[in-house]
Amino acid sequence: MKWDEFFVTGDPLIYGADVSIGLTVIGLLFYLTYFKKWQWLWKEWLTTVDHKKLGIMYIASAVLMLFRGGVDALLMRTQLAVPDAKFLDAQHYNEIFTTHGTIMIIFMAMPFLIGLINVVIPLQIGARDVAFPYLNAVSFWTFFIGAMLFNISFVIGGSPSAGWTAYMPLAGNELSPGPGQNYYLLGLQIAGIGTLLTGINFLVTILKMRAPGMTLFRMPMFTWSALITMVIIVFAFPILTVALALMTFDRLFGAHFFTLQGAGMDMLWANLFWLWGHPEVYIVILPAFGMFSEIISTFARKVLFGYKAMVWAMVLIAAYSFLVWVHHFFTMGSGAAVNTAFSISTMLIGIPTGIKIFNWLFTMYKGKISFTTPMLWALGFIVNFVVGGVTGVMLAMAAADYQYHNTYFLVSHFHYVLIAGTVFGCFAGLVFWYPKMFGYKLNERIGKWVFWLFMIGFNVCFFPQYFLGLDGMPRRVYTYSAASGWGDLNMVSTVGAFLMGIGFLALVYNIYYSFRYSERENTGDSWGLGRTLEWATTSAVPPHYNFAVTPTVEGLDPVVAIRNDKKEVTPKLADIKPIHMPDNSGVPFVMASFFFVAGFGLVFEWYWMGIVGLIGVFITLIIRSFDKNEGYYVSVDEIKETERITV
Amino acid sequence: MAHAEVHDHNTPLEYQSETGRLNILGFWIFLGAEIALFSTLFATYLVLMYRTADGPTPHELFELKGVLIETFLLLTSSFTCGIAIHEMRKRNRKGLFVWMIITLLLGAGFLGYEIYEFVTYVHEGAALGTSAFWSGFFVIVGTHGLHVTMGIAWITLILIQVARRGLTPQTSAKVFISSLYWHFLDVVWIFIFTAVYLTGMVLHNG
Ligand code: HEM
Ligand SMILES: [Cu+2]
Repeated sequence: MKWDEFFVTGDPLIYGADVSIGLTVIGLLFYLTYFKKWQWLWKEWLTTVDHKKLGIMYIASAVLMLFRGGVDALLMRTQLAVPDAKFLDAQHYNEIFTTHGTIMIIFMAMPFLIGLINVVIPLQIGARDVAFPYLNAVSFWTFFIGAMLFNISFVIGGSPSAGWTAYMPLAGNELSPGPGQNYYLLGLQIAGIGTLLTGINFLVTILKMRAPGMTLFRMPMFTWSALITMVIIVFAFPILTVALALMTFDRLFGAHFFTLQGAGMDMLWANLFWLWGHPEVYIVILPAFGMFSEIISTFARKVLFGYKAMVWAMVLIAAYSFLVWVHHFFTMGSGAAVNTAFSISTMLIGIPTGIKIFNWLFTMYKGKISFTTPMLWALGFIVNFVVGGVTGVMLAMAAADYQYHNTYFLVSHFHYVLIAGTVFGCFAGLVFWYPKMFGYKLNERIGKWVFWLFMIGFNVCFFPQYFLGLDGMPRRVYTYSAASGWGDLNMVSTVGAFLMGIGFLALVYNIYYSFRYSERENTGDSWGLGRTLEWATTSAVPPHYNFAVTPTVEGLDPVVAIRNDKKEVTPKLADIKPIHMPDNSGVPFVMASFFFVAGFGLVFEWYWMGIVGLIGVFITLIIRSFDKNEGYYVSVDEIKETERITV
Repeated sequence: MAHAEVHDHNTPLEYQSETGRLNILGFWIFLGAEIALFSTLFATYLVLMYRTADGPTPHELFELKGVLIETFLLLTSSFTCGIAIHEMRKRNRKGLFVWMIITLLLGAGFLGYEIYEFVTYVHEGAALGTSAFWSGFFVIVGTHGLHVTMGIAWITLILIQVARRGLTPQTSAKVFISSLYWHFLDVVWIFIFTAVYLTGMVLHNG
């Protein structure tokens, strides 16, 4: 490998990126040094094992990735705005849709949701912490490092270009030479470790750390959705791990799993990928369903309609999610019988999903609705998600799928479910729980602007694409001729995309504005309508130990009961005992850094470096294993002070 | 976590601390993920079973003797591992050590045979890159072998901790968890024995 191959050259966009990355790094280093923030950064963030701080770091990284993926999207939409545009060439376009898809799903949607789960779930179940706080930090740092490894492909070595589905033989050595595809394999592999560990961690947390009295069927719906999501993660992610490893063997060590020489089987990749990929879709939608359930019942001031039906619907969806993967390649020759079976199993998923939609509507029926921003996102979700769902059923009809397979009809469909479901959900959850994280609300007026800009932009962008798709415009093309007649609708679509971009900027401005001007709160129940336990912690920003005294639960929606009975929520001095908490640890950060070294080495097939990195990982594992990690006790005095108990 | 907890003496040592209990449940879930991982590998192996291209077939190269010895070593090690845990529950540290070390030696013997087997195959012209079938073979058997290697290293480290700190609720939970892992590897091997070696020799006639 020569230096001029090492750094990606030749494209002004990439030089621009080089410069902006360089400036950002210099700026950060300067800021940290000049304001003497290094120690603060290390002590408060890099070594933290507090689930709320880890959650905030997940969310911050996800917002950053939303920006990166969004810029990719705008570049693509700019290229497609007019026929025969010369803004991006074919190879560059391929790289951009690949990184866009991968980043959005793996490094934006999932981490955003896992971030909110991290912040909220332990509070919602009345726990002091997660079951494995140290492991939680390992999860975050492996996700973060995997994301960074994937992202630098853009300027060092070159990005992957075989699509986020990485179909073989396209992703093999012949058609995708160079390190790009290796970045995909290793970035996802490292981040996947973190996701699996999160799955285990939260399963144990939810099963074992609930406050006394909180039976399974008294758990808040968001907790339920997280529980079910974690089950899917634990069974689906190993499939991805294996698939990625097998492709790595093909590319680096000459194995023949998916390559056609040596009698390998390219369709094996498609099957393994979607055996993970379809459940993945539910990993990013079920938590959003959970959040909307909370938000809708909170702002309709009513108990969630059909609580048990909601739970069973999610259980069914989770089970089905493993049985429908072939609908992603009806046209690739599975035969009529197989296609029919998968067509029917796919449509069956519509039933539990429909049940959920009706339950949300019934929850609002005769409710006293407050139109806050989280509620607006929830209402926007219901309307737009139905559009995505209906077109999904159209795609599930195998015979008809031959018409719109791999066209913009599909592109529009999955954006309608992913954006209206997952992204709206993330925004709703962020606004809803923002005061829990920071002790003040995001500004509601700006928040509504964000909602309308984004929601309208979204529809202007993606609705025309259904018609482009029916008109035959294929996905993943970098340009089209004027004679195709697709120019006008594409222009409309691009305008919508930029509207969404403006909506995102408004969100960022809102964060800044609210940080400066929002009124600080000192009540735990910021919206005044909270129902679940996270609203029962006394301070607006929960202290690191969460609850001074572990609450007991007597039914659904415990905080409503507290509010109605006008109970005193401040814990009594006599009940306060020292609280045991785990120590901070720098090991997860260091371990993830070694993962980076190993991953980077393997990407460039510099095996010495890969080995050095892996040895580093093992050493950190050993150090941790020998660590006695006894933790420490939070003293009664400190709790008294934090909870403002004056006796 | 390290709260003073009251237990009757029937509660095994490894379940006496809150951390121990959480870790054991977490590890069971991890084993669930491992089942998904190996199932994927088995599915891959079976799909590629007849795809030997121009390379040798399993029928030509597999030989029962080595595999039977490997199976014997690993099954015995699972048994001795069970005795080790039994000794641990009797708080007999020496017994734990003796039986665990026997377990590890049997595991090492298994590994030795496996490496020998791999080297032989490569000499006879069947390597990772020979055909889809051999890719599948080396990866599934190799993944299991790698697990055994990690198991040996891990249990060794835990034994060092027991030697230094004695049998506490913490260390005994670690020993117990590593024993679960060891039994799990044994179970996976039985599947490999059946799905890879027996099917390879019986069903695959050329
Ligand atoms: C924010 C506004 C967004 C815009 C304007 C946008 C636009 C696009 C465009 C233009 C493509 C390429 C279509 C093609 O050439 O075939 C694409 C593909 C894709 N997008 Fe988005 N997108 C957005 C958000 C998202 C989000 C939030 C997600 C996921 C959570 C997502 C997931 C995907 C995936 C998986 C692909 C397929 C990539 C591939 O073909 O390999 N997008 N998007
Ligand atoms: Cu699917």
